[in-house]
Amino acid sequence: MTPRALDWGLRGYIALVFVFIFAPIVFSMIFSFNSDRFPTIPLGSFTTKWYEAIWNDPDVWKAVRTSLIVSGCTAILATALGFATAYTDYRYNFRFKSAYLALVLLPPTIPLIIMALAMLAWLSKIGASGQVWSIILAHTVLTAPFAMAVIRLRLNQMDASIEAAAWNLGASEWGAMRNVIVPYCKPAIISALCLTAAVSFDEFAIAWFVSGLNKTVPVMILEIVQGNIDPRVNALGTFVFLTSMTLVIIAQVVLMTRKGVKA
Amino acid sequence: MRGRENINMPRPNAYALTWRLPIIVWQFLFFVGPLLFMVAMSFFLVKNYRMIEAFEMKNWVKMFGRNYFWDSYWLTLWLATLSTIVTTLVAFPASFALAFRTSETVRRWAIFLLIIPFFTSYLVRTFSWYTILAESGVINAMLGSIGIDPITMLNTKFGTIVGYMTLTLPLVVVLQTFALANIDRNLVQAARNLGCPPWRTILTVIVPLAKTGLIVAALFCFILSFGDFVAPYYLGGSKPPTLPILIIDTTKSGQQWPRAAVVAVVMMATLITIAFAAITLAYRKRASA
Repeated sequence: MTPRALDWGLRGYIALVFVFIFAPIVFSMIFSFNSDRFPTIPLGSFTTKWYEAIWNDPDVWKAVRTSLIVSGCTAILATALGFATAYTDYRYNFRFKSAYLALVLLPPTIPLIIMALAMLAWLSKIGASGQVWSIILAHTVLTAPFAMAVIRLRLNQMDASIEAAAWNLGASEWGAMRNVIVPYCKPAIISALCLTAAVSFDEFAIAWFVSGLNKTVPVMILEIVQGNIDPRVNALGTFVFLTSMTLVIIAQVVLMTRKGVKA
Repeated sequence: MRGRENINMPRPNAYALTWRLPIIVWQFLFFVGPLLFMVAMSFFLVKNYRMIEAFEMKNWVKMFGRNYFWDSYWLTLWLATLSTIVTTLVAFPASFALAFRTSETVRRWAIFLLIIPFFTSYLVRTFSWYTILAESGVINAMLGSIGIDPITMLNTKFGTIVGYMTLTLPLVVVLQTFALANIDRNLVQAARNLGCPPWRTILTVIVPLAKTGLIVAALFCFILSFGDFVAPYYLGGSKPPTLPILIIDTTKSGQQWPRAAVVAVVMMATLITIAFAAITLAYRKRASA
C-alpha cells in the first residue's frame, strides 16, 4: 500500500470512529421527530407530538426544575472548592500534599454505582438522604476535580511573579487574590462552571439512589426506559443532549479563545 | 514552581488555610465518610427490613457462598477485560492517525469534538443504541433492504461491548492521542532512517515510548466498563447480571444494603488491585533489550 493510500485509509478510519461516537446522538435527535412508536427506518412522518407530550407533562417540568437547581448549585459549589484547591496546589507546598491531591482528585475514578450506594447509606445514616440537596452534596464531590483541573491548568500559564509583584506594590494577600488571581482565572472559572454543570446535569446513578422523590431529568429517563420503548425518551434526550453539549462547548471555547488572545 | 519558594514550609496563615481546608472537610464528610461507612455496612445485619449496626461476617459468607455471585464476578471481569482490549485496539489506529498523520488544527478539532460526547448523557446514547441494534432497528432495516436476514445484536456480549465503547471510546482516543503526540519524534525518525519498517517502528519504538499513556487510557477504560450498569442491562440482557446490576437489584428490590455493600467492596478491591498492577506496569523501566 502506498503511503498516500494508507493516509486516506486512516482518515476514513477516523471518520468511522466519529460516526460510531456520534451516531446515537444523531439518531436520537432524528427519531424524536418521527411519528412511529418504534424508531426504525424508513421513517414515518414528521411530528412534534413527543415534544408536545413532554411539554404538557407536569412531571417533566418538575424534573427539569430539580435538574436546573441541582446542576446550578453543584456548579457553584464545585467550582468554588475546585478553585480553592487549584490555588492551594499552585501556591503552597506542605506535608502530605500528594495525599491532599489524591483526596481531591480520586472521586471520578470510583465507579458511580459504588459512590451511589455509599452516598445513599451515609446520607441516610446522617439523615440527609432523599432531598434535593443530597444530590448536590454528592455531585459536588464528583465534579470538583474537573473544576480543579481546569483552573489548575490556567494557573499553570500564570507567571508566579505577577502575584508577588502585587504584594510588593502593597496589595494584601486578599487584595492580590481579588484583583490579580481571580481576574486571571476568569475564563477557567466560567469553563469550570459549565463543565461541572454539564456533568451534574447528566449524572443519573447517584441521583437515582439519593434523590428519593426528587427526580432529575436523567433519573426520569432511566425510569421511562425501564418500561417499554417510549419515543418521549428521544425528545427528552434531545433536550438533555443540547443542554450538556452547549455547556461543554462553552467550557471549551472560553478556554481556547483566551489562550489565543494571550499568544 | 511557586511552591518551591516555601521550601521550609512555614506555618500556614489564615489566608492559606481558607483555601486549603474547605475541600479537606468536604471530602472527609462526603467522600471518605461514605466509602468507609459502606465498608462498615458490609458487616451490618438486616432484621425485619431494618438495618442493625453490628459486626458479623454473615453477609460475606452468604455472598461468597452463592454461585450467582461468582458468575457475576467472572462475567464482569471478563466483559471489562474484553472491553479494554477491543476499545484499545479500535482506538489505536485513530489515535495514531490523529497524532502523526493529521495537522495540528485537525487534531485540535478532533479532540474538541471527542470531549463533547464524553460529557454528554451516556444513558440516552445507550438507549439510542438499543433502537439502532434492535431486531427491527436501523441496522437490521438497512441489512433487510439488501436482502440480509436480521442479526441479533441486543442481549449479546456484542451489544454490551458497543455500550461500553459508547462510554469509553472518546476518552481512550483522547488519552492515546495525547500519549502518542508527546513522544520524541526524532526517535521515530531515527528508526525509519535506519531502515526499520513501519509496522516494526510502531510496535518496537512508538508503542513502548507511549506506554505509560496507553496503559493509563486502558486502565480508565477498564474502570469505566467494570463499573457501568447501563450497557450490560439494556444492551447485554443482564443474564447473568454484572456486579453493578447486582448492587442495584440487591439495594433497590431486596433492601439488602449490607449485601450490596459486600459486592461494592469486592469491586473496589478488584479495581485497586488492577489499578496498582497497571500503574506499576506503566511506570516500569524497560529491561535493557
